[in-house]
Amino acid sequence: MNHEIVNPVPVKHKYFTPGVFIILLIALNGLVFLMGRFFFGLGSVTNLNNQYPWGLWIGVDVAAGVALAAGGFTTAALGHVMHREEYDAVVRPALLTAMLGYTFVAMGVFVDIGRWYFIWHPLIMWNGSSALFEVGICVMIYMTVLYIEFLPVVAERFIGKVKLPGFLSGLNKIVDKVLRLIDSGLSKTMFIFIIAGVVLSTLHQSSLGTLMVIAGPKMHPLWQTPILPLLFLISAISVGFPMVIFESLLASRSLGLKPEMHLLSKLGSMIAPLLGVYLAFKLGDMFIRETFVYLKEVNTASVMFTIELLFGVIIPLRMFLSQKVLKSPVLLFTASALVVFGVLLNRINNFVVAYTPPYSTKSYFPSFGEFSVTIGFVAMLVLAYRFIVLNFPVISLPGKQTAQPTKYTIKGVEK
Amino acid sequence: MSGKSRRDFLKTSAVIGAGVAGLSSSTAKAAPKNILSEDRMGVLVDTTVCVGCRNCEWACKDAHNLPAGNLESYEDRKILETKRRPDIKALTVVNEYSPGKNSNLPLDVKVQCMHCDHPACVSACIVGAFSKEENGTVIWDTDKCIGCRYCMAACPFQVPAFEYNKAINPLIMKCDFCFNRTKEGKLPACVSICPVEALTYGTRTELVKVARERIKRNPGRYVDHILGEHEVGGTAWMYLSSKDFKELDFPKLGTNPAPGVSESIQHGIFAYFVPPVSLYALLGGIMWITKHRKELDQEEKL
Repeated sequence: MNHEIVNPVPVKHKYFTPGVFIILLIALNGLVFLMGRFFFGLGSVTNLNNQYPWGLWIGVDVAAGVALAAGGFTTAALGHVMHREEYDAVVRPALLTAMLGYTFVAMGVFVDIGRWYFIWHPLIMWNGSSALFEVGICVMIYMTVLYIEFLPVVAERFIGKVKLPGFLSGLNKIVDKVLRLIDSGLSKTMFIFIIAGVVLSTLHQSSLGTLMVIAGPKMHPLWQTPILPLLFLISAISVGFPMVIFESLLASRSLGLKPEMHLLSKLGSMIAPLLGVYLAFKLGDMFIRETFVYLKEVNTASVMFTIELLFGVIIPLRMFLSQKVLKSPVLLFTASALVVFGVLLNRINNFVVAYTPPYSTKSYFPSFGEFSVTIGFVAMLVLAYRFIVLNFPVISLPGKQTAQPTKYTIKGVEK
Repeated sequence: MSGKSRRDFLKTSAVIGAGVAGLSSSTAKAAPKNILSEDRMGVLVDTTVCVGCRNCEWACKDAHNLPAGNLESYEDRKILETKRRPDIKALTVVNEYSPGKNSNLPLDVKVQCMHCDHPACVSACIVGAFSKEENGTVIWDTDKCIGCRYCMAACPFQVPAFEYNKAINPLIMKCDFCFNRTKEGKLPACVSICPVEALTYGTRTELVKVARERIKRNPGRYVDHILGEHEVGGTAWMYLSSKDFKELDFPKLGTNPAPGVSESIQHGIFAYFVPPVSLYALLGGIMWITKHRKELDQEEKL
């Protein structure tokens, strides 16, 4: 095989740095406000009301969270379904971010719903006509699939090295055996989960777009369109690789590793066509529904729409077409960050900015508590990511390859 | 890939396909109750008759165990100077507007859940906590609700309210058309207390006839529009007025049922699970082919 041998290892780096302490403080601040929410109700922390039932937490933690975790299924489709093994080095980090991303989406839902202790209800109380039901079920199953896909990484870390403390040490052999059993079982069946993961992702990424369709005229015509599910799906697919590049460059910077530019440039070269398709649908929809008339007046909606399209789609699209951008870590990072920003803003726009209820006396703006919780969740995600890459074989170090045959990212997809 | 694992692949795929197919037959049954009976009931609100006494507000609170105060305190008309919306303390409120055509009496509009014939909340609710009952009532089931508030985002009339300041068991609050009273053959509390018969309770079909008749008999008194007859596919509560309903703060709505578009998208994507299962099969096929091709390449190299 002519592609590079991939050998993910736990990164050797200390966990705590001054930056990590700041992130820890941000996370703790979020937790304080979360306590308020659980002791005194949603109203004590959020600016939500009967006119604005959904705010920052649904727009960012849930909707944008799901979209930005799309790197998991897009790289899985590329690396495993299409067997482009040269991308293996990014598949495992993308899988980890998707797994953590969905975990925090679930936590976002958990804190936003009024009756968090009934979060399991959709499992047994079904409503087939509800787009939210579809999203809920798919996210739950997909999250399970992501955990299953990650199990081999855990197995790889501990097989032959199980050392339980104290009196539990008697169980070492059994745990080792169980891990080996899981590992070998999964290596035969992993393809089932990989394909399921891609199918589940396309389903709920699009259904997230269907969510606001039912709000009808309450949603600003610049965003309200029957093709919302399609736009959500295409934008999720186009943000997958930029998110992988964004995270990979951030992680290598933070952990003092050499960025995998050869891979990231190749990934980057695939983004422009995807963004192009998205832009075509977005503009086509605008011209067919003649919603460009709303851009003539200057207000929050028209400004946000323009920023979203210009900085989130058009500028990065142009950037990704340039070889210079693809070769430079700084420019590649900037372009990817713009796409990430564009999708984040698009989800905020769809769920918060576009939503104009008929009887609101003043428009909604998230409270300090809402911001704290959302940013706190992001901080917790970063901390968890850092912990896992320092302790589990996730990131492949360039130049550290050994001659040994590799244990691949996801087994079951034998090479 | 060895011949054995290839067979495994096909076998497992078949099992999954069968599993998903089995799932689809059971989901067909899993839908909230959504009955559109011929004899469903409704209320006709004549805003030209209503005097804004707000006795209905009191009766509603009284019937739903909400703090109601004494009836006399409702005589204070000052409260009518601000426009109010139903909330967790009052499931119905009366708002007052300037007179319509051919009259110098103010118009008073009682606001509550409209009990749509094709309710957005019933369609949207993630756990099917809302249902449209045989008598036309749209009710909410506290045992199912998870508090996600999608019903509030979906409702075209922006009616459901949520107890934001309760940490445990916050409720979604909205008019339940006095489901417990009508079950026993009693009138809804607001209808039964109304001193001027501004509210008429009856089957929806009959009420439409009554409303048409009134407009026909008094063309000078009413605008020729029964609000709720066709809006969002029809509602159980319908209104007559002497001026344009837009001026009475009713949202401008089309005649298509609110859940129409999103349900057709949903049912299109999930038509008997054919699209997802086909996608699964397609991806499986691509996976198998690309793997097979890689193997051939390797064999050639060897």
